[in-house]
Amino acid sequence: MPPATGPRRIAAFGGVYSNWLALEAVLLDARRRGAEAIYCLGDLGAFGPHPDRVWPLLVAGGVETIQGNYEESLASGAGDCNCGYTDPRDNQFAQLSYDYTAARTSEPFKHWMGTLPKHIRLELGGQRLLLCHGSPRRINEFLWETTTSNAFLRRLLAECGADALLCTHTGLPWQRDLPGGGQVVNVGVIGRPPNDGRRGGVYALLDAGPPLRTEFIRFDYDAERLAGEMRDEKLPEEFAETILTGWWTTCLEILPAKERERGRH
Amino acid sequence: MALDTVWFQVAGTICNLRCTHCFISCAPDNHSQRMLTLAEVEERLAEAEALGVKDYYFTGGEPFMNREIFPILAATLALGPATVLTNGLIMDASRVERLRALAAGSPYSLDLRISLDGYKAETHDAIRGPGTFDAATAAAARLAAAGLNPVLTVTEVTPDIGSPRARAAFLERMRALGLPRPRLKVLSMFRIGREVERERGYSSCESLRGAALTEADTAALQCSSSRMVTGKGVYVCPILIDHDDAIMGSTLGATLRPFPLSHSACYTCHAFGVTCRT
Repeated sequence: MPPATGPRRIAAFGGVYSNWLALEAVLLDARRRGAEAIYCLGDLGAFGPHPDRVWPLLVAGGVETIQGNYEESLASGAGDCNCGYTDPRDNQFAQLSYDYTAARTSEPFKHWMGTLPKHIRLELGGQRLLLCHGSPRRINEFLWETTTSNAFLRRLLAECGADALLCTHTGLPWQRDLPGGGQVVNVGVIGRPPNDGRRGGVYALLDAGPPLRTEFIRFDYDAERLAGEMRDEKLPEEFAETILTGWWTTCLEILPAKERERGRH
Repeated sequence: MALDTVWFQVAGTICNLRCTHCFISCAPDNHSQRMLTLAEVEERLAEAEALGVKDYYFTGGEPFMNREIFPILAATLALGPATVLTNGLIMDASRVERLRALAAGSPYSLDLRISLDGYKAETHDAIRGPGTFDAATAAAARLAAAGLNPVLTVTEVTPDIGSPRARAAFLERMRALGLPRPRLKVLSMFRIGREVERERGYSSCESLRGAALTEADTAALQCSSSRMVTGKGVYVCPILIDHDDAIMGSTLGATLRPFPLSHSACYTCHAFGVTCRT
C-alpha cells in the first residue's frame, strides 16, 4: 500500500549550467503543474553567465539539490570540472567555462555546494527512488540511452537497493522500464537544449506508481536574453549558438553513435 | 571487481594488413590467436549478461574477416551496445548495408571505429601500405552515408596530433570527403609487438613496478573494469594478449580480481590515461 502522506507528483532536473532564466521558468512551470517537491540533480554551473544568480532561486524555490561533479570541483577548489570528457577540443571548452564559473562563483555559494548530498533517497508511491548525478557509483559516469545495457542498469539498482533510479549528467533525457522490473530515468538538463534543434530545455515530471510514470516537459525561456548575457560576459560564441539554435556545438565527442547521429554537428 | 566492458578478440591475430606498429603483430599468417566462433561468443555473452556488463567491443586482427561477425553482432546488440574496431579495407556496400540494418534493429548503439595512423595518407600508408588511407577514409564516408558515422581513431604517430591546427585541418578534409560530422579519438602508442622494431620499446624507467597508485588511479585503468575474451582464454586487457601470464581464466567469472601492473605497457595506460574504450 502506498503511504497515506508524501508527495504523489515530483519534478526533477539536472544541469542548470548557470542558466538562471531556464531555472526560473522550470520552477514556475513545475509548481503550476502540481509538483509537490522539486529536485535538482546537480551541475549548477558551467556554460552560462552569472553563476551566482542560480543560488537564490534554488533556495527560494525550496529545491532539494544533489552535488554534481561541478559542485564537487568548485567546492574543493579543483582545477577542472571532472566532467569526464576524453577529447581535447571538448576539454578546452569545458576548461574555459570552468575557469569563468570558478572565478565568478562566490565563496559562500561554493561552501554551500560542498554541503550538498551526493544521493537522495525517497519513497514515491511505495517505490524506493535513488537520485544521483551521474550514476549511483560515480559522480561523472555517463548513462546514455543507447550505450547502457539493461543488465548493467539491473546491477546498479540491485547494488543501491532501489526500485527506480533518477540521474542526469549526459544532457539528454530518456527513461526505461526494465524487463522484469526496475525503472531508470535520466531527467535531462535545463541549461541547454537536448540537441534537437529547438530552443528551451527539458525536465521530468514524475507521478507516483507503481510503476513510476515519467513525462518529459519541454519549456521555454528568453533565449535571446540569455545569449546576450553570454556574449556580454565574453563566453564562447559556440555556447550562445547552442542556446539559440538548439544544436550542441561542443562536448560532442563523448556522444554515442545514435545520439550523435540525431544532432547537427 | 565490477565488470563493465567485455572485449572479444573476434578475429584473433588474423588481419589483411601487416602494420609496422601493430602491438600484437597481426598479419594474414599470424595464427597465435585464432578467430572466435558465434557459439563461443554467445557463451561469454550469457555470462556477461548475468554479471551486468554495460558494453561490448570487437577487435582483431580485422573483425570483418570473421565469417560469423554479423550473427555475432546481432546476438550482442540484443543485449547491449557494440563497438567494432576495423581498418575499413573490406567495408564494401553490402557489409555497410548489413551493419545499417543491424543498427536500425537495436535500441543500442552500434559504433564502428576506423583506425588511422596520423592525419595524413603519408604517415598512414607508411605503416599500413600504399592506398590504405584513401580506402579507409572512403569506407568511413560509406558508413556515414548509411547513418553509421564512424569514430576515426587516430594513433599518435607524429608529434602534431595534439595540435588544434592539425586537427582542424584533418577534420576539414574529412568533411570534404563526405563525413559531415567527423568523430575523432586519439590513441597513444603501445611500445610492444612490431612497434619495438618500428620505433622503440619501453625504457627501464617506463614502468609501474613498485609505483604507488592511488585508488582513483587504479579505478581509472581499464583493467579495473574490463576483460578480453580470446580463443586461448580471458585476458586482463586487449593490449596484453601476446603474454600468457595475462590470461586470468577461462570464463569471465574466473577473472574478477585485480591484476598486477607488471607489464611495461601498463605504464602507457597510467601515464597517458589510455583506455581502449571509445
